[in-house]
Amino acid sequence: MIGLTTTASTVIASFLASFVEVVEAFTIILAVGLSQSWRAAFTGTALALALLAVLVGVFGPLLALVPIALLQYVVGVLLILFGIRWLRKAILRAAGHIALHDEEKAFAAETDALQRRAREQRADFLAGLAAFKAVLLEGVEVVFIVIAVGAGHGLLGYASLGAAAACLIVIALGLVLHRPLARVPENTLKFVVGLMLTSFGIFWTGEGLGAAWPGADLAILAILAILAVVSLLAVRILRGAAAAKLEVSPR
Amino acid sequence: MNAIRTALREFWGLFVDDGSLALFVVVLIALVTAAVKEAGLPPLWGGAALVVGCVALLVESLYRAARGKR
Repeated sequence: MIGLTTTASTVIASFLASFVEVVEAFTIILAVGLSQSWRAAFTGTALALALLAVLVGVFGPLLALVPIALLQYVVGVLLILFGIRWLRKAILRAAGHIALHDEEKAFAAETDALQRRAREQRADFLAGLAAFKAVLLEGVEVVFIVIAVGAGHGLLGYASLGAAAACLIVIALGLVLHRPLARVPENTLKFVVGLMLTSFGIFWTGEGLGAAWPGADLAILAILAILAVVSLLAVRILRGAAAAKLEVSPR
Repeated sequence: MNAIRTALREFWGLFVDDGSLALFVVVLIALVTAAVKEAGLPPLWGGAALVVGCVALLVESLYRAARGKR
């Protein structure tokens, strides 16, 4: 029996992670649409979504053939790698050691690149290709997240629901605002998602090894709490180190 | 061929940012798996080792990144 904790955390993790990815893809689609043509933007997007659907259609059913313990183990390992990468980057960004991801900046860079190629004969094709690539790359990440957080406990439907909600909200916001979603607290989202995915990964890898976690699914929250405390402490210490460094060398 | 290489690089990038961190995590999981499956370590202890190990590796990677910036 799947507990409420697992179901809720699956939907939330899938929603938040997908939200970040969809915002990034949306920025590129918007840049293509506004600076080149909406036809190129929509064609590239539609082709990428069709390719993603084919990939899911082909590889999705194969998941059912994998024994659940093996699936939890493999997905768990991949989730740890994926989640810890996000978490590390989010901590370094929060501490000011690397620059924050800026959607306005990404939008300006893409628009600039497209405008420089606007006079080329293949400009529409290149713009469509940019949209195709963005949607495909971010889409692959969304598909991986949905499978990774959903497959371990047979919650693919709930994970897909979270991802679909994220897509719909970003599209709705985009239609209303007609500009990049720069005010989304992207690093905070990545921080939370990194914590959640790493926790899921450790939990499932442990389950794949046969561990009967105390408190069953609630152990996910305990792992998340440990990671959160360490991560927040790390941000604080790294921020302090950066500030001390500035005081020593004002240049 | 170029497109396949790009796709593979992007896929690799999904899981690997700091190469050493990814490698150490894989080694940690392999060691814990071997300890549970071959040496008879109770699986729950294996799970606990994963929690402690991942936290330690994350802290080490952050320390290295912060030092590298100095």
